[in-house]
Amino acid sequence: MKTKWGWLISIAIMLVSVLGLPAMAWAADEPAISSGDTSFMIICTALVMIMTPGLALFYGGMVRRKNVLSIMLQCFAAMALVSVQWVLIGYTLGFGADINGLVGNFQWLGLSGVGGAPNVDYAGTIPHQVFVLYQLMFAIITVALISGAFAERLRFSIFVAFVLLWTTLVYDPLAHWVWGVGGWLRAMGALDFAGGTVVHISSGVSGLVAALILGRRRETGSEPMVPHHLPMTMLGAALLWFGWFGFNAGSALAANELAASAFLVTNTAAAAAAISWAGAEWMHHGKPTALGAASGVVAGLVAITPAAGFVSASSSILIGLLVGPLCYFAVSKMKFKLGYDDSLDAFGIHAVGGIFGALITGVLASKAINPAGADGLLFGNPHQLLVQAIAVAATIAFASIMTFVIFKFLSLFAPLRVSDEEEEMGLDISQHGEDAYNYGEMSSAHI
Amino acid sequence: MKKIEVVIRPSKLEDLKAALDKIDVRGMTVYDVKGRGLQRNQKQYYRGQEHSIDLLPKVKMEIVCQDESVENIISTILKICMTGKVGDGKIFVYPLDRIIRISSREEGGAAL
Repeated sequence: MKTKWGWLISIAIMLVSVLGLPAMAWAADEPAISSGDTSFMIICTALVMIMTPGLALFYGGMVRRKNVLSIMLQCFAAMALVSVQWVLIGYTLGFGADINGLVGNFQWLGLSGVGGAPNVDYAGTIPHQVFVLYQLMFAIITVALISGAFAERLRFSIFVAFVLLWTTLVYDPLAHWVWGVGGWLRAMGALDFAGGTVVHISSGVSGLVAALILGRRRETGSEPMVPHHLPMTMLGAALLWFGWFGFNAGSALAANELAASAFLVTNTAAAAAAISWAGAEWMHHGKPTALGAASGVVAGLVAITPAAGFVSASSSILIGLLVGPLCYFAVSKMKFKLGYDDSLDAFGIHAVGGIFGALITGVLASKAINPAGADGLLFGNPHQLLVQAIAVAATIAFASIMTFVIFKFLSLFAPLRVSDEEEEMGLDISQHGEDAYNYGEMSSAHI
Repeated sequence: MKKIEVVIRPSKLEDLKAALDKIDVRGMTVYDVKGRGLQRNQKQYYRGQEHSIDLLPKVKMEIVCQDESVENIISTILKICMTGKVGDGKIFVYPLDRIIRISSREEGGAAL
């Protein structure tokens, strides 16, 4: 009898101590919120937010005047829709506790339990809610980027459904693969500092698939498809450049040396790519263009996104110099050779620049820059390039298959494209009943 | 009475207005127009893709005058607008049946 009670008591003591352990550990090094990190991350979150309106301007200037509100509203719609989706389900799918390396669980459904206390798995010095908001801004711009590929022909109702399905079924799992604790690409050691695969390759590849499914705009070839307001595009590129500091430097998730390093290479790569793109044009047809310089800036920012925080400033110059001519070739030659109508070059810049950036990260990454990173091929670790290639291939496969499935599914319910008459009239009038420029001309709203 | 229509380079508009003012030609109607003639196409490049623009921007001016003023106006236009290169534009002179000033119902020369 005595022995029996003794056993029970010792089991009870064990249980109490096991259950009590986490609480004691918690108390021992309770995560301390840093006001410096928190204010930095709140500002970075706002910087990443302004990238999507920046993208709206960047894209808006490039379409014809009859479609400018349609493309800008698509960017704003992404902000509205994903903001709500993220709170309800998106964040927990991306960053909830891992399920088989593929997706997060429902622990933070509706953001229940997400408060001011830091999530030590991701960012131990800022309130959990700040991390949620920061990640939200990435989810928003990713799906907004795709709109460049199907501009000037997609029905708005299809767009709304696409955004909700794509961000839930493609972005959220991908974010988990790459950034989530237990995510399989993260576990494999893939380097993606700020979202080269998750944001740029996924959106660019999905854009290509969308452009192929939808087909060309009906007026391609019969009327000049030229940008209607390039100053708007330049302003958009400037806001993207500005916001990208939050995107890349903020991906350090703290106000520290790593953020500074990421900031430096981000600006340098953007500048080098503006030079190399405009320079390539200058050599190719004798004149550098404003659109070329703006496109170069974006291509440079895309390419440095996975590499920032892992590469040196001189490496970032090389990345910028190479990605400009590469993307210029993709949008000016490859697109027309292959015949797809990626209206505003979501694929040509974001996928091509993103794939290049992800691979070159596997070459130029250095532990001297970030001890938590890895060495690339150039620093004696060819394995890293292989890991990067696997991450790229997995992202391309997943994003393209899922985008294909989503569009085929949606096409069961309604036509994906506007009618020919609506396309000729322009999406501003046909989808939204608005005209962007009411200057009192007798025949407005056309072209 | 005659109507003179003249298509000119947009950059010549201000000079031409000033010169016509000096010979007391004030009334005119001016439009932005696009057109083509002998002038070479303009090449534009957007993301490396060439677009050939074959309708070039011009300004069109319409002047109505008495028959005897026509030569003076034409010589003024030629003096101001002729650079000797293709693209300078053209002058067209038409006979005119009636002119009515709407505010006063004046007709003919009084309506000019």
